[in-house]
Amino acid sequence: MLFTQIKYLIAKEIKLEMRNKYALGGILLYVVSTIFVSYLSFKSIVTPSVWNALFWIILLFASINAIAKSFISETKGRLLYLYTLTSPQAVILSKIIYNCILLTFLSGLCLLVYSVFIGNLIQDYVLFCITLLLGSFGFSSLLTMVSAIASKSNNNFTLMAILSFPIMIPLLMVLIKLSKNAIDGLEHWDMNFLMVLVFINVIIIALSFVLFRYLWRE
Amino acid sequence: MKKNWWKVIAVLFIFYTIIAGFLIKVPAQPILHETIRNLYFHVPMWFAMMTILFVSVWYSVKYLNKSTIENDILATQAAQTGMLAGLLGIITGSIWAKFTWGAWWVSDTKLNGAAITLLIYLAYFVLRGSIDEEQKRARIAAVYNIFAFVMLIVFLMILPRMNDSLHPGNGGNPGFNKYDLDSNMRMVFYPAVIGWILLMVWIFTLKVRLEKIKRKLLYND
Repeated sequence: MLFTQIKYLIAKEIKLEMRNKYALGGILLYVVSTIFVSYLSFKSIVTPSVWNALFWIILLFASINAIAKSFISETKGRLLYLYTLTSPQAVILSKIIYNCILLTFLSGLCLLVYSVFIGNLIQDYVLFCITLLLGSFGFSSLLTMVSAIASKSNNNFTLMAILSFPIMIPLLMVLIKLSKNAIDGLEHWDMNFLMVLVFINVIIIALSFVLFRYLWRE
Repeated sequence: MKKNWWKVIAVLFIFYTIIAGFLIKVPAQPILHETIRNLYFHVPMWFAMMTILFVSVWYSVKYLNKSTIENDILATQAAQTGMLAGLLGIITGSIWAKFTWGAWWVSDTKLNGAAITLLIYLAYFVLRGSIDEEQKRARIAAVYNIFAFVMLIVFLMILPRMNDSLHPGNGGNPGFNKYDLDSNMRMVFYPAVIGWILLMVWIFTLKVRLEKIKRKLLYND
């Protein structure tokens, strides 16, 4: 029951995204132009820690912009319509999964453009890609929930940033640490941090699953 | 008197903390010297803050179960009192850091944790301020409070594994229990912890009463 609902809701999200492509195009252009601006200001970066930090900061802001609209752009009427048809869990899970797909795509593009312009220092691609994937997953689940919270307030775009930054820091710090390991090409993978990353993701999903139904009823 | 015995304990313990804390003999240590007495004021603040913040989350959960405005008032006032304790903890810590580490603010995991706690709860108050409708504000704020508190706990759990800290008892530094051979400091420290926690709870209950009176006046006008 839940799975079919989620399936249809994701299909709906993709269809909507395809219908007005300007939103998707806007966010892709946002990433590319941010990277280009940093390229013009930094030229090329040879210090691994700076490369790493800049990459994640660009991805962080791009993700916030990409996901902010997921609830904020929903009209009251459409939410009410969904309310009569599906369970709140299906709505939040479908949004999280859809945003996860979007962010995985976005982070891949970000990595590609970033390496072309600013240079590529990664030595351990497998670890970096795993980090990127888990990072996109964590960002999408956390930001989807925050976007749902922010959409209920009056000045939602400012709130989106200030609500999400402090609670994103644990995730971001683990991601930066892991991707730094990948850049340095350490021989042993730090399984502890990978486990922590998975653990944070599970907690966020569980919290969204439990708490979203309180957000959603008007 | 039957209901207020804990307030008497709070006052007695805090007077004891202040008087004994400044007068009783403390272990002489290089660098620390007499600043070691700050242990009775700085450390209990964090205990008090976490206790009060936990109370806040508790009432947020209760609000989601049973939406009475009283639970919301309790959660908000607890969060505000927790911020007060956190701010006092940062101020006392900052002064201590100036005299021992040589700077008002240093890059340290525990300091980052404290800063993030303050940021989270400031965001919580901004969120509250941006929603007009009372029940809706209470509900959304309760959800954010729970979400943020769990993330904060996760953060405080994983942070110490990421970097070493300058604080005693971390990163190879000896804890205060190593210095305190004759348990003189313990005799003041434990009452200090209880005293400050009880004082913060007292402030919290007063704030709640004040808020309820304000609401009553507002609706009578």
